Amino acid sequence: MKVVNHALPSIDGKGLMMGKPAYSDDLADPTSLIVKVLRSPHPYAKITKIDTSKASALEGVEIVLTYKDFDRRPFTRAGQGYPEPSPHDKFVLDDHVRYIGDEAAAVAAIDLKTAEKALKLIDIEYEVLEPVLDFETAFENKILVHEEPEIHDMFPIGFDPKKNLAAAYHMHVGDVDKSLEESEVIVEESFYTQAQAHVMLEPHTVNARIDYQGRLVIYSSTQTPIHVRRIISQGLDYPLSKIRVIKPRVGGGFGGKQAIHGEMLVSAVTLRTGKPSKMIYTRKEVFESSYSRHPMRFDLRLGAMKDGTLKAIDCWVVSDTGAYGEHALTVFMVAAAKVFPLYNKVDSVRFHGNVVYTNHTPAGAYRGYGAIQGNFALESAIDMLCHKLDVDPVEFRQKNMIKETETSPIFKIMGEGTEGIEMFMESCKLDYCVKRGSELVKWKEKYPRKQISNSKVKAVGMAIAMQGSGIPYIDMAAATIKLNDDGFYNLMIGATDIGQGSDTILAQIAAEALGTTLDKVIVYSSDTDLTPYDTGAYASSTTYVSGNAVLKAGKEMRQMIVDEAAKVFKVEPDEVEYDGIILKSGEQEITLKDLSNRLFYNEDQKQLQITSSYYGTKSPPPFMAGFVEIDLDIETGEVDIIDYVSIVDCGTTINPMLAKGQVEGGIVQGIGMAMYEEVLYSKSGQLITNDMMNYRIPTRREIHNLTTEFADSYEKSGPYGAKSVGEIGIDTPPAALANAIYNAVGVRITTLPITPEKILMAIKELEKGGK
Amino acid sequence: MKINVLVNGQKKIYDVLPDEYLLDTLRADHLYSIKRGCDNSSCGVCTVLFDGKPVQSCSMLSMKADGHSITTIEGHQDEAKRLSEHFGHQGADQCGYCNSSLALTVHAMKTEIEKPTEEDIKEYLVGNLCRCTGYEAQHRAIKLCLEEEDEK
Repeated sequence: MKVVNHALPSIDGKGLMMGKPAYSDDLADPTSLIVKVLRSPHPYAKITKIDTSKASALEGVEIVLTYKDFDRRPFTRAGQGYPEPSPHDKFVLDDHVRYIGDEAAAVAAIDLKTAEKALKLIDIEYEVLEPVLDFETAFENKILVHEEPEIHDMFPIGFDPKKNLAAAYHMHVGDVDKSLEESEVIVEESFYTQAQAHVMLEPHTVNARIDYQGRLVIYSSTQTPIHVRRIISQGLDYPLSKIRVIKPRVGGGFGGKQAIHGEMLVSAVTLRTGKPSKMIYTRKEVFESSYSRHPMRFDLRLGAMKDGTLKAIDCWVVSDTGAYGEHALTVFMVAAAKVFPLYNKVDSVRFHGNVVYTNHTPAGAYRGYGAIQGNFALESAIDMLCHKLDVDPVEFRQKNMIKETETSPIFKIMGEGTEGIEMFMESCKLDYCVKRGSELVKWKEKYPRKQISNSKVKAVGMAIAMQGSGIPYIDMAAATIKLNDDGFYNLMIGATDIGQGSDTILAQIAAEALGTTLDKVIVYSSDTDLTPYDTGAYASSTTYVSGNAVLKAGKEMRQMIVDEAAKVFKVEPDEVEYDGIILKSGEQEITLKDLSNRLFYNEDQKQLQITSSYYGTKSPPPFMAGFVEIDLDIETGEVDIIDYVSIVDCGTTINPMLAKGQVEGGIVQGIGMAMYEEVLYSKSGQLITNDMMNYRIPTRREIHNLTTEFADSYEKSGPYGAKSVGEIGIDTPPAALANAIYNAVGVRITTLPITPEKILMAIKELEKGGK
Repeated sequence: MKINVLVNGQKKIYDVLPDEYLLDTLRADHLYSIKRGCDNSSCGVCTVLFDGKPVQSCSMLSMKADGHSITTIEGHQDEAKRLSEHFGHQGADQCGYCNSSLALTVHAMKTEIEKPTEEDIKEYLVGNLCRCTGYEAQHRAIKLCLEEEDEK
């Protein structure tokens, strides 16, 4: 391969580093009205009075919007395919506010100062309601977060607002109770995973204008332009055909920009005033009023035989979706669906639980999407089992984990909010990943620990993980390739580059299929008027699903070129030889350049253009093994991460360097979740971590060494053998670190993040002879 | 009030409000390399050089720039291009939102520290956060760029 599997520089990095205007706010109309939101100071309240007359009268204020200005049309902001597996439980504005930071009213004014002043002039009175702030007591609580009669689900998801349920689920394979009874060794533990904030560096940004044809044009920092268009149309009852959504360059998403945030109110302002408007979330709003990762409690039981055979996995989960049910069911299901098949030889599995409403900032999509939560619980418990059985955790996994050609019954039972599909692992090099990782980290030498000074212990820990490659039978992607004169191409894709490099790798796939070089493929993504459908950047779908669409389009365009040359040569297409530059048949030849010019200007004139679509019929999982080496200070509880070794099977890497970036970025975000990131609320429901001083993400200082390699793997159904790689990197750090810490000092931390305080407290407990 | 500022070597007069931040003044003048990130000097994407030293423009009042020189990556385009070559080859590009400010801070580091060590680099750039890359690829690229410039 000449382009694919080569570490080519990204097509856009240079211009971005030079500071060219590219992001949503760089492209806003300079005359835009500034939209600001009046946000609830109460975790739960009913608006009993709202008088906007003073605010409206302020000079420079264009419009003030309250719930009275909108029909009650429930929708979900989730940004998923339609019909969504999330409840329609949100109104543009409502007379109830359900978390601190929820939207109570909006103002648009000529500048920020005026808008902020107007917010203060809104005369609002609340009846403060008692909130639900503890997710473990939310189910069937007497206080209900949602009592509106209009809200509904789109199909059965266990939605029952009278019990504070956004979703609920139950599945089982085999007879778990019987398997557990038969098991010789049982591990039983509860694990807690925390809310994590996305902290993409570009805040949620949107601007809108009415163009010269009277259409609403929205520039949004989004992962899902097509879904944004549909949700705006639903929420504002405005024709889909009159909305255009342009996704410019996006400054990071990680799932946080899958849902719509400011788009609805900015669109409402522009439609009602006819004037351009814009909104940039303050960082406080990003923390407080967008969304974070679903916190979960896992009650997990594992059963095994003394010979080290895992027999049963039994898991009950409670997940906190906060005030609105975006991604409630699907994140919950992924906690098992993309974790438990790792151990496919068990006799039985049970996975069930509730996703509850609370008066917290909503939870939503976040890289890992439940799998990181489930992975922490299961992979921690597996190590606990290993210690009980006195077997090496690496050997236990090698014996019990999924291998190439195998399957798991879970694939068929659990899909994304619906049933899944049967799937055999045509590519799974997990055994290699584990073997190679243990070599690189020197497992045999270092496991479990080594005292390196009076106060310091060196230890290793590991975990394995899997993810997916898009959502089968739901995610669809299309790609358009157009041949230009001079023989270069446009690749137009709905696939949404949010920084992960999809524009580059999709251009690489196109160039490979077309037999050309990367510079001859001009990429444009994504604009709902110009680019074809794509589900958007989520569920690790782009490389696999969008990549397959691009590959198809590339092959078809190549054939179209050959067909045209055959006409020139007056031969059959199969008599034409083509290397991507010159078309030949016998003595005759024509360059692509001449052929394309001829098609435009001279003979047999036409535009060659092809749009191809692809939808997955399976979701081949990428796999990885993560090994961490730590130094732990037993006097302070501090953990220094010396090296994180990641061995990843994502099939062919379309661009090995960019794939590595996806893994390493995920690892560091996972380390943040494992060790210190935590969304914290006060007792009254106020977000404490609402700026970047109180919510810390990993800096250069904490990251010493990342060792990342890829397994030699080929997924037949993927473009040039590729699987997706966007999420897999984030999954292992919480469990691998928890396991390393246990190996270091014998304490098992079951709640994330694993702070030095928790470690130190546990060491003290251990010394006292406690748990 | 009017302030006189030397922006990337050009004399500029800005009419600013007393509580206006430099980030807003400069972006309004189409200097798009400067990004809005955290609003409180924690992330580094709004970095500009104030008389050659990196400062966070999101938290600096525009008035304070009166009579001073401000540099952004728009004023060091060749350096940005050079560094971006290495970023490209090391796979260090992701969303790009922090890249301009990082390039600018690398420029400042070079003027302050002769032959920075690995630790120097990490310490100097610690305020430039990146949520995408995990930092490793950025480091390889920066080191290679510095080595290449040393050789010249």
